[in-house]
Amino acid sequence: MFMNTRSNFDESLKELKSMQLKMAGEAETAIKNAMLALLNQDIELAHSVINGDNVIDDLEYEIHEKALMLIARQSPVAKDLRRLHVALRVSSEVERLGDIAVNIAKSAVHIGNEKHVKELIDIPHMMEIALEMLTDAITAFYSEDSAMAQKCAEKDDQVDKMFGELVQELLTYIPQNPDFTNQIIQLAFVCRFIERMADHSTNIAENVVYLETGKRYNLNA
Amino acid sequence: MVTAIKERITLDVTAQEYREFQPEHILTVKNLEIFYGEKRAVNGISMDIGKNNVTALIGPSGCGKSTFLRSINRMNDLIPGARAEGEILYEDLNILSDDINVVALRKEIGMVFQKPNPFPKSIYENITHALKFAGMKKKSVLDEIVEESLQKAALWDEVKDRLHKSALSLSGGQQQRLCIARTIAMKPTVILLDEPSSALDPISNAKVEDLIVDLKKDYSIIIVTHNMQQASRISDKTAFFLSGDLIEYDDTEKIFTNPSVQKTEEYISGRFG
Ligand SMILES: Nc1ncnc2c1ncn2[C@@H]1O[C@H](COP(=O)(O)OP(=O)(O)OP(=O)(O)O)[C@@H](O)[C@H]1O
Ligand SMILES: [Mg+2]
Repeated sequence: MFMNTRSNFDESLKELKSMQLKMAGEAETAIKNAMLALLNQDIELAHSVINGDNVIDDLEYEIHEKALMLIARQSPVAKDLRRLHVALRVSSEVERLGDIAVNIAKSAVHIGNEKHVKELIDIPHMMEIALEMLTDAITAFYSEDSAMAQKCAEKDDQVDKMFGELVQELLTYIPQNPDFTNQIIQLAFVCRFIERMADHSTNIAENVVYLETGKRYNLNA
Repeated sequence: MVTAIKERITLDVTAQEYREFQPEHILTVKNLEIFYGEKRAVNGISMDIGKNNVTALIGPSGCGKSTFLRSINRMNDLIPGARAEGEILYEDLNILSDDINVVALRKEIGMVFQKPNPFPKSIYENITHALKFAGMKKKSVLDEIVEESLQKAALWDEVKDRLHKSALSLSGGQQQRLCIARTIAMKPTVILLDEPSSALDPISNAKVEDLIVDLKKDYSIIIVTHNMQQASRISDKTAFFLSGDLIEYDDTEKIFTNPSVQKTEEYISGRFG
């Protein structure tokens, strides 16, 4: 009696998911490249990140088109409906991650080849944690695993704390290094971008929990 | 009815206060079992039906929706070998008890069927037939009821100039609204609808749906439907039946966004058949 009567729909849902994973992969690569561009002062790489963002924007558009088409034609309910709702939301979060990569790359361009005011250690460390969160969020999304999503969100506090401390520290450099004011402000921006990146990963994780349970969770509270 | 009024007088409250006092349920079903001969088609279900609500009954073919619906106004009495056990309480009467006046019951609890079934008479007579049978003869009163019921069934504007033409000259959707008007004319409290718009085009369907939502101001409505979108659009509560069992009964919003039972989810999302 229980047989699958909606194989076409299920096939489309699978395609949609693989598009989402592709998009997330693109955003993750863009962020890593933006960070490399900043650390290595690789202006060419920074420009390639900036110019490559349209790929992510296009994927978001395609995902929205496909999800809306499925909503219109398949009249999904319950978890199917949540899955499509989540596809729309998560792809918007990932699109914002792409923008963050662009912002970091732009800061790299603004700093250019100017010698760094100090060796960059804490910023890459903060980025490492934010990237772990992103990987956890995407894995949780892939395997629809609420426990993994929870794990991702727990790291957000750590990133917030580092952000506060780092910005305080950066500001103390300005009086002693007034010629580096622009660079220091750009680095403070980068901290802010990484902090936002962690928030977007947390939002993705919250959507995974919503997909599984049908309830809104604020994992960030 | 008399008991209700007596209660109101003895309680010494205003009509308004009394309305707020009223139980929010129009029907209470307790351990209802329905048999056709030896075969049990409804397996002991219990549920409250909300007053001024639209309650949708959904479930695969043969799960007992129509059987349950027909028991509410004793239409199963017409089927040889059919019998029911348990209780369906309406006010404080058990609808299933032997001493119920079935004709009077069917005036209070009206029914509209899947296929529009107007009499081969004029539109006007379709509505007045049962009223005349019940002894109502005065033309001015009948005229008034005809207009009021057709208004309520959202059909008046389309037929007011042809009331004495044959009902069979109406479109399927108009015929179905006429059948609803005919039910309304009896001034029921509960209206039972068994797949009332499955034979209608989308426009007529939309009109019937709008009508149902509009009617719940004055009536309590129970509707059987195979159209999940229809159930989710118009009902307040949804009951999912499977093989004679009531599997899940909850707010429609809950059923269609996050049902509690896996089988409900599989059914509403079209994943078993
Ligand atoms: N008049 C009857 N005599 C004997 N058995 C009947 C009769 N009517 C219905 N049944 C049986 O009772 C069970 C429930 O039927 P019912 O018509 O209530 O199902 P349903 O949910 O309304 O289905 P559908 O969606 O196809 O209208 C079925 O097994 C059916 O065969
Ligand atoms: Mg039926």
